[in-house]
Amino acid sequence: MSEKMAQTAAGAGSDFDRLTLDWYIDKLVQALVFIGGISAIVFIIGIFVFISREGFGFLLGEFNFKEFFFSPNWRPTSETKETFGILALVAGTASVTGLAMLIAIPFSLGAAIFIAEFASGKTREFLKITVELLAAIPSVVWGFIGLAIMNPIIIETFDVPVGLNVLNAGVILGLMAAPIMTSIAEDALNAVPDPYREAAEAMGATRWQVIYKVVLPAAKNGLLGAVLLGVGRGFGETMAVLMATGHSINIPTSVFDSVRALTATIAAELGETAAGSPHYQALFTIGIFLFVITFIINLAADLVVRGVKKG
Amino acid sequence: MFETTSINKKNITQQKLVRIGLGTMTGILILPVALILGTLIYKGAPMISFEFLFTGPTKGMTAGGIFPALLGTVLLVLVALLASVPLGVAAAIYLSEYAPDNWFTRSINLAIINLAGVPSIVHALFGVGAFVIFFGFGTSILAASLTLAIMTLPVVIVATRESLQAVPMSFREACWNMGATRWQTIRRVVLPNAVTGILTGVILEVSRTAGETAPIMFTGAAFFLPLLPQGVLDQTMALSLHLFVVSTQVPNMPEQLPFGVALVLISMVLLMNSLSIALRMYLRGKKKW
Repeated sequence: MSEKMAQTAAGAGSDFDRLTLDWYIDKLVQALVFIGGISAIVFIIGIFVFISREGFGFLLGEFNFKEFFFSPNWRPTSETKETFGILALVAGTASVTGLAMLIAIPFSLGAAIFIAEFASGKTREFLKITVELLAAIPSVVWGFIGLAIMNPIIIETFDVPVGLNVLNAGVILGLMAAPIMTSIAEDALNAVPDPYREAAEAMGATRWQVIYKVVLPAAKNGLLGAVLLGVGRGFGETMAVLMATGHSINIPTSVFDSVRALTATIAAELGETAAGSPHYQALFTIGIFLFVITFIINLAADLVVRGVKKG
Repeated sequence: MFETTSINKKNITQQKLVRIGLGTMTGILILPVALILGTLIYKGAPMISFEFLFTGPTKGMTAGGIFPALLGTVLLVLVALLASVPLGVAAAIYLSEYAPDNWFTRSINLAIINLAGVPSIVHALFGVGAFVIFFGFGTSILAASLTLAIMTLPVVIVATRESLQAVPMSFREACWNMGATRWQTIRRVVLPNAVTGILTGVILEVSRTAGETAPIMFTGAAFFLPLLPQGVLDQTMALSLHLFVVSTQVPNMPEQLPFGVALVLISMVLLMNSLSIALRMYLRGKKKW
């Protein structure tokens, strides 16, 4: 009997040895996946550090706060006096993003309400898949559509000499941002618990009354988050605005004016500058500016959406 | 007993109107895109031929095919996947299986959201500053693919984390009760049950990576190259950049050619996305728990 117990103990002992090895593997894997886990933070910090590293010389030397933000003159290659003012570029980005949101916000929220609250069964599944596929169209294809399809349509319809302008880019960007905003907004509506709807329906409310008085107020923050993410997306879009805005420096006075966006300026000019020159560094400084703005927008969207989960 | 009162009638009419209105809005959102895609197919389809897909551009890119660009895109995507899938899956395993619910995990999640939200041209600047200059890869497939990998990392992380979290907790608990370690549980129970879900995420990432243009413009993709790339430190042509080049940078371009390029690119992307959606629906149908 005691012999048997000793055997079991010995067996258990060797068993523990094996477990020790497994225990070490377990710890090793935990360390490895932790590295994966923190990689996103490392990359975000890395992006900021490496862009700053290239743009830093400009910030210390040529950078003039007043000129940079308040001068409409972007003349980085002027022989007499180089001027680095991004006001016109900001105006270009803002006008295109503004028009895009004017189109995308009502339509995407409307579509989200329709898909989440009215459509059912096959229709709903079809619409959801369509929206998902629309969101996947690459931005360079949208830019090409602006160039090759929208451009002649605008020239013909409005009898203007150039069809690459705020209107073209705004519509393209609106169509581009709408599917993403629709699916995020739809998620926000789906997150409203069904008992809310049932309670309202039990009181005799119609479907629309339920949506208007109960669902929308409850999903308010999620919807706001969807709008913010759409704004961020429009703001940072590069290829489509490069190809559809006409790319001329301008503070627009009508939707038929050609403009140039911040992102498009970097894309168009970085290839032509010498590394380390003030022009090159100024483009990286615009990059820092874009990074900071989108960071703030994303942070705001995250805080707003989290507000919904707590409440 | 239940008579329709006038107020009821008014409500019902209102509801019908709202339904029609919102349905129309959905239609307006989808219809123009359908028309645009129709135009792309109508104008681009005559271009597509075996020769177009498998020969190089000739006559200053105004004739010939797109093979070097097509091959370049495949190479860029493959190298990007090699970097981002292991890293993304590891990150998702950490977030789903190990991470405690605290401020640190919240900042990781915030970093992931931001990584997805940073403009693509800013990723390009990062790629230039980090991979091309600092690490000395030069403008190469490696530098471009790593830039793409970091940009699309959130797609893999989010899809993998969702499919890991969809595996019921009781599966893990049963395994732990048998004396298995955390990693044994993940490897034998959690991952096998989540692998199809991870695959849908990877396919989505392929689609995203193939369509991106701005991040590769200055890190490794060239407007035109006479030779195919010989290794990961060579530059390459890419389909997305090729579309930009043939539609804006080349004079005397025949009208049809860019439509052909656009059609190939969009077919590739939409095919990948449809595959991912189909896989997801199949998975949903199969799920037993």
